[in-house]
Amino acid sequence: MITGISIVSVWVLDQDSAKEFYADKLGFTVTNDLKLDNGMRWLTVRPPGSENQELLLMDPLHSMLDEETAQQVRALVAKGALSPGVMATSDCAGDHSTLAGRGVEFTQEPADRPYGVEAIMRDDSGNWYSFTQHKFMEQKA
Amino acid sequence: MKAADVSSLRMLRRARDRIDRDYAGQIDIPALAAGAGYSREHFIRAFRAVYGETPGRYRTRRRVERACELLGSANLTVTEICHLVGFTSLGTFSARFAELTGMSPTAYRRQAAERGGPAPIPGCFVLMWRTGLPANASLPEKRNRAAGS
Repeated sequence: MITGISIVSVWVLDQDSAKEFYADKLGFTVTNDLKLDNGMRWLTVRPPGSENQELLLMDPLHSMLDEETAQQVRALVAKGALSPGVMATSDCAGDHSTLAGRGVEFTQEPADRPYGVEAIMRDDSGNWYSFTQHKFMEQKA
Repeated sequence: MKAADVSSLRMLRRARDRIDRDYAGQIDIPALAAGAGYSREHFIRAFRAVYGETPGRYRTRRRVERACELLGSANLTVTEICHLVGFTSLGTFSARFAELTGMSPTAYRRQAAERGGPAPIPGCFVLMWRTGLPANASLPEKRNRAAGS
């Protein structure tokens, strides 16, 4: 039985800056920051309200990718083409206001959608996330 | 594809994000260019090289996309929606809308009502994926991009 997705890989342009963004601005917990023998820096962070899901903040230049491919990935991230997915929040409007106050960029303010309240957020590299308070979460609360 | 450096790409992306945020205002392309550190012409060329369409065309597409959503969900007149998404003339709005969706705003609204509620897909995905608009929304810029890749 597949029980979920434990780690999602996110390409970032600069791991120090990404660590600061996810930890200090978004309030994630840094769960690993290890230098591996092959030169890769294994940097994982966990959202504050999650127990078993992590983001692996990967530097394409120090990964399994060849140099040319790594540069292509960096360009895609920088131009804003990539999205790791949907970040779930229990209070979209409240978190949006807090995070925007810390300098987090949003390309869309919280808006009512059929499935909940959604804003669009960018991380410091250029990855975009849907930032959504799902309707079913309100019912559970 | 000629590789633009990452810092230029970030500046262009910031400019595009500003269009996404402030689409309804009178966003001035020269001001966007200056903000990104480019002359107006260089900015338009660089933006088009990276995103496959000019910043002006992207802004129009963003406005029309917002109008589509409002037509499907909001109890507002077409004229109100036209102004709300940043067009100053109803004639221009209807023309751009028809170019991108293949129908008039009124026809779009009727079709949206017949379809019932919106699909349970996050609106951002519909926006970010160009396929959110019908195939006939294909623009000259897109064709150039496909040919060049």
